Amino acid sequence: MKILKIMFKNSMRHKLRTSLTILGISVAVIAFIVMRSIVSAWDVGVEAAAADRVIVRNSVSFIFPIPYAYKDKLEKIDGVKRVTWANWFGGVYKEKENFFGRLAVDHNTFLDVYPEFLITPDEKKMFMDDIQSCIIGEATANQFNIKKGDIVTLQGDIYPGNWDFKVAAVYKPRDKITDATGMYFRWDYLNERLEKESPDRANDAGWYVLQVNDPKQIAAISQKVDNYFKNSAAATKTESERAFNQGFISSSSAILTAMNVVSFVIIGIIMLVLGNTMIMSARERTREYSVLKTLGFSGKHLTGLILGESLLISLIGGTVGLLLGEMVVTGLGQVVPKTIFPLLEVTTLNIILAMVAALLTGFIASIFPIHKAVNTKIVDGFRFVG
Amino acid sequence: MSTLIEVTNLQKSYWRNNIEIPVLNKLNLGVESGEFLALMGPSGSGKTTLLNLIAGIDRPTEGKITIDGSDIAKMSESNLAKWRSANIGFIFQFYNLIPVLTAYENVELPLLLTKLKKDERKKHVETALTIVGLGDRMHHSPKQLSGGQEQRVAIARAIVTDPLILVADEPTGDLDKNSATEILNLMEKLNKEYKKTIVMVTHDPHAAERAGRILHLEKGELVKETV
Ligand SMILES: Nc1ncnc2c1ncn2[C@@H]1O[C@H](COP(=O)(O)OP(=O)(O)OP(=O)(O)O)[C@@H](O)[C@H]1O
Ligand SMILES: [Mg+2]
Repeated sequence: MKILKIMFKNSMRHKLRTSLTILGISVAVIAFIVMRSIVSAWDVGVEAAAADRVIVRNSVSFIFPIPYAYKDKLEKIDGVKRVTWANWFGGVYKEKENFFGRLAVDHNTFLDVYPEFLITPDEKKMFMDDIQSCIIGEATANQFNIKKGDIVTLQGDIYPGNWDFKVAAVYKPRDKITDATGMYFRWDYLNERLEKESPDRANDAGWYVLQVNDPKQIAAISQKVDNYFKNSAAATKTESERAFNQGFISSSSAILTAMNVVSFVIIGIIMLVLGNTMIMSARERTREYSVLKTLGFSGKHLTGLILGESLLISLIGGTVGLLLGEMVVTGLGQVVPKTIFPLLEVTTLNIILAMVAALLTGFIASIFPIHKAVNTKIVDGFRFVG
Repeated sequence: MSTLIEVTNLQKSYWRNNIEIPVLNKLNLGVESGEFLALMGPSGSGKTTLLNLIAGIDRPTEGKITIDGSDIAKMSESNLAKWRSANIGFIFQFYNLIPVLTAYENVELPLLLTKLKKDERKKHVETALTIVGLGDRMHHSPKQLSGGQEQRVAIARAIVTDPLILVADEPTGDLDKNSATEILNLMEKLNKEYKKTIVMVTHDPHAAERAGRILHLEKGELVKETV
């Protein structure tokens, strides 16, 4: 038998109390991990947006278009490297619930402005040569078993009719935070058909995307664009892609800050839960500690016993919480759209934070009981009446 | 016989709320090697205090305690702890076994601080438990034992390191008459056969009768000696 065995036996002395403490720590760690992951995912979302892209949209609403004629004027603005544009197509692929983004884009500039969509030169050539071609994200292609060369038919709603597209490429995302679900086809194809079928809707862009030379110039360029079109047919609202992407949740940044704070408050709560358990246990064992000291066991031995038990409990609680927390986050990642949180996952940093927090908790929770056990005089321990 | 325990001018006070509570007053006492000494006296007379001082789990306010030639009042806390584990076996009124450990493990406890290997420890533990007549109850937990059996485990724990001195504070105080007799027989055996020096505090005149000498303590002073 070793001192370690006494430690294990001690921790199992009140099975219910120990289990509840472990459960408490687990729940706290789950909450911690989920909150931290959301906060981290949000940070990633902000970073995922390319720093050099600027979105120009109709100042009234995103659903109103901007004339194609703006393109030349935008290209002439100082600091603008490239101009591309897109229209939200909508439509239905087979079933209504098969949702993925479908956009008409300018094939000449799109892939340059969005380098995170990876296709081969051959595929690019096909996209350039065939007006009816499209590219589709890997995730969507896998989901619907779509292959290069297939014909994908969309039923238009915003733009009525049946629309056939030939898959020129299944694009790969450059990194984990790139959206691999989109379908992009050629804007000139859309526009040609509109000129024939409903000419009054032709020659409109849903929005423009400007690629700028220097991200530091974004504010100035945005200002210039909006001033330029202030009194035109369609006034514009221009902002960085970052601001645009996160626009609707940036208003909830206060919530995220709160989450961040709460996630650390939770650690304080675990400390109290575990501290309480450890203090109760140590109090009950006052006499036993006196017996051990009488037999010649030192303060170091008692420290080992108490610290070990505290760390054991916090470690089990932390590990269980981490595993369950990971499952919750993975589940959330599957339901929350990628556009909100491109990468909802438990990061190594957050795993380390949670484990450090759990261990720190175990450590801190044992300080008082250790101090008490070590410094109580043997004779006082024997006279102690719990 | 030589003097094993020598107590000179021993004084002990406790303080409560800055008020001094004198417990032992200029006490002198010698215990021969191999003696079985009983300490009697009214409640609060300082018997436990004296025993704890001799056993080195409490410190005197003044005076000298020499045991087997060493002045234990002068030892550092850690040296005293080592000295205790080598020289003193403790027997308490309420047994003070560790409830989560089996009889075997309780007896093994003091040996964990020695350099003995596992199988050597096993030999010692089994010997001690056999001496107290519990060779067949080694793996019972304290909860599964009677009071008398628990006290015998405690005695096995006290003798497993083969100490010079056994101190016992009312070892039969919590036991029925039969169990008490068994425990006293055992202690007598340890004194006579195993040559242990025993200092035992007791309220029970029958228990005291087993000792070779009875000292009476009153208000922190030795008042009477019966042989
Ligand atoms: N650790 C302590 N702190 C304060 N006072 C103490 C302490 N230990 C003993 N006393 C006091 O010292 C006096 C003697 O106590 P002690 O326990 O030695 O008596 P005793 O003779 O063993 O009595 P009993 O027969 O009731 O066990 C008592 O008044 C007690 O309250
Ligand atoms: Mg007493």
